[in-house]
Amino acid sequence: MRSRTFFLTFLVVALLLAGVGSFYASGHADGLEHVAGQLGFLDRAERSPTADGPFGGYSTKGIEDARVGGGLAGVAGSLLVLALALGLFRALRRRDDSDEPAESQG
Amino acid sequence: MHVPDGFIDATTSLATGAVAVAGVTLALRGARRELDDRTAPMAGLVATFVFAGQMMNFPVGAGTSGHLLGGALAAVLAGPWTAVLAITVVLLVQALLMADGGITALGTNVTLMALVAVVVGWLVFRGMLAVLPRRTSSVAPAAAIGAFVSVPAAALAFTGIYAVGGTAPVPLYTVVTAMLSWHLVIGLGEAAITGLVVASVVAVRPDLVYGASGALAAQQLEIRQRATT
Repeated sequence: MRSRTFFLTFLVVALLLAGVGSFYASGHADGLEHVAGQLGFLDRAERSPTADGPFGGYSTKGIEDARVGGGLAGVAGSLLVLALALGLFRALRRRDDSDEPAESQG
Repeated sequence: MHVPDGFIDATTSLATGAVAVAGVTLALRGARRELDDRTAPMAGLVATFVFAGQMMNFPVGAGTSGHLLGGALAAVLAGPWTAVLAITVVLLVQALLMADGGITALGTNVTLMALVAVVVGWLVFRGMLAVLPRRTSSVAPAAAIGAFVSVPAAALAFTGIYAVGGTAPVPLYTVVTAMLSWHLVIGLGEAAITGLVVASVVAVRPDLVYGASGALAAQQLEIRQRATT
């Protein structure tokens, strides 16, 4: 598979999961939340200072529909992660003209 | 497994913050050896996939769910140092944009998911590769086992941090038992997702799987040998 095709497929799968699939994900408390509730320290959790942000709690401010709002938040978060991670990794990458020897991994 | 603000006291949060900064600083140096023109875009997509994958909570019974941590997955696909950075980026976006995981708890969350889960997942993966046949078909099962172990490992690390700086007095053994039992089950989901994704990428582009390079080289050598004899 060509790199372009592969990368595009990988990105589309991620965006579909975050934008569409996440609506169908389990809404139950996760393992840590469940344990915290069971053992009585869940009430120690403080509201995050970023909870009122535009995508706080994986929803989109001003959009009532959970499917649309959650999907938008998922896509926005994914694209932000992509931009930040790509920027960081491109800045860190070994350039072709680098004299650093390529390390084989095995 | 995202720890909210308030679970862990300020002193301990400062300490886990220092651990997180030290780990990420090391990773910024180490990742330079893993990243080049070919692997940098792959690593960016791996981070994106982990963010998306973490939204897909799966039920594990009794009104409880689990989600991908992605530490082992990212380490196998992009390399362990790059994985530390990828998961850290995911956790930053989650805390700052989604209010998922606290702000003072960021150091704790980076320590648990970007350091402990990645390091344990990677080491177990390498250990499994050492005992499994040197073929690309061994990579996905080894990744799945690394992924499985990484989840209870992160749960244990949480318990350790809670024992030092938990804000509510809960007997340590009850925290250990509860955290481990749930996260062993969640680990099975982590293993299934990681195995499936790694197997899919190995099937189409094994050259883009960091953890497959050794097996791939061995396999190519083997083929060449047969052709010449």
